[in-house]
Amino acid sequence: MNVIVCVKQIPDPAAPGALDGATNTLKRDGKLILDDSDAYGVEMALQLVDKAGGGEVSLVSMAPNGETSGLRTALAMGAAKGVLVSDPALQGSDALTTAKILAAAIKRLGGADLIIGATESSDGYTGTVPEQMAELLGLPSVTFAKKVSVEGGTLKVDRQTENGYDEVTCALPALISVTAGVVEPRYPSFKGIMAAKSKPVEEVTAADLGVTPVGWAGAGQKISSVAQAEARQAGEVIEDDGETFGKIVGFLENLKVI
Amino acid sequence: MALNNIWVFAQVANGAPTSATLELLTKARSLSSNVTAVIGGDGASVAGALGEYGATKVIAVDHGSSLPGVAIASALKSVIDGGDTPDLIMFPQNYEGRDVMARLSVKLDKTVLTNNTDISDGGDGVTVVTPIFGGNTLVSTSFTGAGPFLAAFRPKSFVAESAGGAAAAVTAVAVPDLGATGGASVTAVHVEETTGPKLDEADIVVAGGRGLGEAASYAMVEDLAKLLKGAPGASRAIVDAGWVPYSYQVGQTGKVVKPTIYIAAGISGATQHMVGMKGSKNIIAINKDKEAPIFGVADLGIVGDVHKVLPKLIEALKGR
Repeated sequence: MNVIVCVKQIPDPAAPGALDGATNTLKRDGKLILDDSDAYGVEMALQLVDKAGGGEVSLVSMAPNGETSGLRTALAMGAAKGVLVSDPALQGSDALTTAKILAAAIKRLGGADLIIGATESSDGYTGTVPEQMAELLGLPSVTFAKKVSVEGGTLKVDRQTENGYDEVTCALPALISVTAGVVEPRYPSFKGIMAAKSKPVEEVTAADLGVTPVGWAGAGQKISSVAQAEARQAGEVIEDDGETFGKIVGFLENLKVI
Repeated sequence: MALNNIWVFAQVANGAPTSATLELLTKARSLSSNVTAVIGGDGASVAGALGEYGATKVIAVDHGSSLPGVAIASALKSVIDGGDTPDLIMFPQNYEGRDVMARLSVKLDKTVLTNNTDISDGGDGVTVVTPIFGGNTLVSTSFTGAGPFLAAFRPKSFVAESAGGAAAAVTAVAVPDLGATGGASVTAVHVEETTGPKLDEADIVVAGGRGLGEAASYAMVEDLAKLLKGAPGASRAIVDAGWVPYSYQVGQTGKVVKPTIYIAAGISGATQHMVGMKGSKNIIAINKDKEAPIFGVADLGIVGDVHKVLPKLIEALKGR
């Protein structure tokens, strides 16, 4: 069983985000890391391939400046190879263009039995790219998968819903998006980290993939303004001395809820 | 541009349109006099309620056991190909809304703008407002080119108000042959039972996070919520850890809540959480780390261990 995982390399979420003053796009010029949301998909893919007893996990990613550090993390976990689409022309691309690029990269790898994405990225969180890719690739899809198995060539998924979950069966090949927490991502071993350095990552441009137009030219949107929201004022902050519960009781009394 | 034809993706829960549906219909009718609700399943039972809030027509798509995303998008594409082209389609920011919108965006080759909290039709064309960085920054983005424009809105972005309209006229639209894309089907539906007020409607929400230390400590959050007749909630961290079901999650990928009082217990206030609760009227936070971002939005912040503060608070409330 061959699985392709779409992984995003993002600025460290622990660092405060900032917009580029000239373009109003998110700054991505520093070191990028593997989006936590995607580590679940990589782990899921590795487990499914392992269970199937054959095949491999490949990666596709789109990032500026030939960035591969996040991809290397996924390769160190056990993925075999990757395609990186890196092209200055891609700056400003909307979600639909991103989906077109990733779908083309998946085709370049020859497709797979299963394509995995996260429900949404941690930095942009548009949340539509996996389903858009499925449509572009002509595949069935099961989004928001919280439990996944393959039995007798059929995909079985517990799909998260607003108030519970649905059991869904799906023919392969297919695409799924997985929720955070679907599996516990492994930590790359030292051996894995060393092996990842020599695993192949093919770097291609949008033109190599035949996708045009891209970037701002391809986006059906333009940012018209950016403003600061009215800030919420912080109130009283006190250190607990064993009696601060009384403060909370008083606060609730003032609001007449008790 | 004038918005002559707006569609709203409507959803039903417990036999009635969801609050998000009514909010979007209310906003849609302020932008256009021609509003159509699109619904999965049989539209007849809710045509009255949808009409009351501003829909004049309902497009009903019975998708059977197919997942709604591909089935409803395919049906809508057939309506658009037939000559009924909306200028704007408004979706709720949730699972089904996102899936239908994503499939349709490819079929129409149109961009999507998600996570919005407002929309206007003015000098820059049709413009949506999206809060980023935990709601500290507001980005206005305008659609370019021709419609249909596809936009998704967070719950509670608008206030639902009845227009007193007559029942909407229902047109059933069949799902076209989906080919390979129709390969997924639902075989069983599981609904998680909850008691007490609904999380996104409760007047008081008590939410717990990683600071609780272990799953068993979540009982304190439930006890406090019960005493205050509120709903228990959770940060993404403890939902991911499997302590509580997803339906408890408050934040960007969970529920958006705007209660009178929000009590955050052991929650540091990650951006993705703040997006879901910053609109609360009053916020009380209890956290060990005095640098935690949650204190930046709290009206009352207690720097302390939830294991020490909550039991005393619960005792004090029980004694009243």
